[in-house]
Amino acid sequence: MSTFMQKQTWKQKTAYTAKRIWRFRASYAFVAPFLLIFLTFTFLPVAIAIFYSFTQFNVLEPAKWIGLENFKNLFLNDAVFMTAVKNTMVLSVVIAGVSFLLCILLGWFINDFSPRVRTILTFLFYAPSLANVYYVWQLIFSGDSNGFINAYLMKLGVITEAIQWFTDTRYMTGVVIFVLLWSSLGTGFLVMIAGFQNVDTALYEAGAIDGIKNRWQEMWFITLPYLRPQLMFSAVTTITGSFSIGGAIDILCGNPSTDYQAWTIMNHLNDYGGTRFEMGYACAIAVLLFLLMVGVNSIVQKMLTKIGD
Amino acid sequence: MTKENKVKRHLLKRAKVNRSHAGNFVVFAFIFVLGVFMAIPLVYAISNSFKPLDELWIFPPPLFPNQPTLENYTGLFGLLGSSWVPMSRYLFNTIFITVVGTVGQVVLGSMCAYPLAKHDFPGNKFIFKLIFFSLMFSGAVTSIPSYLIMVELGWVDTYQALIVPAMGSTMGLYLMKQFMEQIPNALLEAARIDGAGEWRIFWRIVMPMVKPAWLTLIVFSVQGLWNMGASTLIYSEQLKTFPYAITQIISGGIARAGVSTAVTVLMMIVPLTVFIITQSNIIETMSTSGVKE
Repeated sequence: MSTFMQKQTWKQKTAYTAKRIWRFRASYAFVAPFLLIFLTFTFLPVAIAIFYSFTQFNVLEPAKWIGLENFKNLFLNDAVFMTAVKNTMVLSVVIAGVSFLLCILLGWFINDFSPRVRTILTFLFYAPSLANVYYVWQLIFSGDSNGFINAYLMKLGVITEAIQWFTDTRYMTGVVIFVLLWSSLGTGFLVMIAGFQNVDTALYEAGAIDGIKNRWQEMWFITLPYLRPQLMFSAVTTITGSFSIGGAIDILCGNPSTDYQAWTIMNHLNDYGGTRFEMGYACAIAVLLFLLMVGVNSIVQKMLTKIGD
Repeated sequence: MTKENKVKRHLLKRAKVNRSHAGNFVVFAFIFVLGVFMAIPLVYAISNSFKPLDELWIFPPPLFPNQPTLENYTGLFGLLGSSWVPMSRYLFNTIFITVVGTVGQVVLGSMCAYPLAKHDFPGNKFIFKLIFFSLMFSGAVTSIPSYLIMVELGWVDTYQALIVPAMGSTMGLYLMKQFMEQIPNALLEAARIDGAGEWRIFWRIVMPMVKPAWLTLIVFSVQGLWNMGASTLIYSEQLKTFPYAITQIISGGIARAGVSTAVTVLMMIVPLTVFIITQSNIIETMSTSGVKE
């Protein structure tokens, strides 16, 4: 009797699901073209890369299954990787944190100006992302006594000898963070700008009537809860961006940086994937980086749901 | 001033409740200091392109050229004219890829985002999770699998190898979905009761309401595709992109250092123009986007 019942309900369930699928056929039609491209050109490569992470693969010979060997090596025999994890955590927590706050603050402040000024200010803050001219910072922080900062500090008598900003382990982390913050107001920032444009001004008037006293309260109780979707987007792109820092460090500090002081997970990944042709190992690094990002993102998303409470 | 503009002005003014003068001053000072800091390197890059070659090596580098010159630009155009494949061909390739790729990315991404944000169909959450998590996987290791897929499809050395993958941008989809979530369900329901089909609702209600979102997406897409340089997927000279050709030209050593400063500025012009046009449009759409909950 009971098995019969279960069968019934299972059958009913399938019928119900089939009905629902048919009812939402328009939705599937909307999703289909993008999904097809996504599955072929984004998802499939990712799946293959995850498979490679369990193999030994040098691109030229076929991949050889070695199970968890790559991961074991990463954790037990690769001291540089551990340094890279530590550096990436430090760099990305500082850069993502500050940059995310700046995205919100600037989006908010800029929103109060007149439309023309708003366009100009948005341009000003987004410009570094349009043109990544890191070489300008190399001139400013140049290690010889003619570099802008060195020359100035020496003239003031603060220092007597030129500082090697990008190679001295005492300064490089700070200088790298400074320069990367400058170019970090990209995707997340523009989306916050667009988000603020989308807030209904009637909400503010209603808030003023309800006893909201100043701009801070208005921000916390009205704007931020409304902008939660944009905040989540900004957080995700800022976090993924800062965890993927690598190329910029090559340009600024050289490859590898002194004592691996600024060596990130991405540097490590590119080293194995690009230079040493150990694709399997590089894929294992990518998988760990992915897990790290997923973990950090889920924590941040949880925190964001508490806004405005 | 038209009547509509007057209403808009009025709304803008009314939006500014809860603002103190002291607070305004702090905000202004903050924006000003940070703005100068952000602007310096860009100003520097532009002024560099107007410096004669010998001035590029002066230390410490002056912020503005002593004897401004256009020779970097004229030199660049001279080089562009003397290449083997006409430059217009490379330029056409890049424009074609940028336009088709951007239109495809915005349309397909928005189409997929709409049901993900607003329809509770079976598989919705699963599909979104799949896309969301792919966003976080490093692109550095997927280039070899991607290449293998292109070989399988026979797409190596074709335009679509560069255009089609760009249309499946996960970031673009996520952006559109987040904005669409803010559209009140009541509005869509009302349209359905009035007999509008999903296709009509999507184009006539959803897309106009998320205009700031897709205008922003256009900026990202154009910026990415315009700067797409040498690709492992393309080997015919006729199909190569403008940035690729231009890096070839300026890699000619110190003698071409002046020209390369002009290239930096020249490559910025198109993304910059698109940026300014879309931004001023985003800002115009304010508080005209219709009914809200």
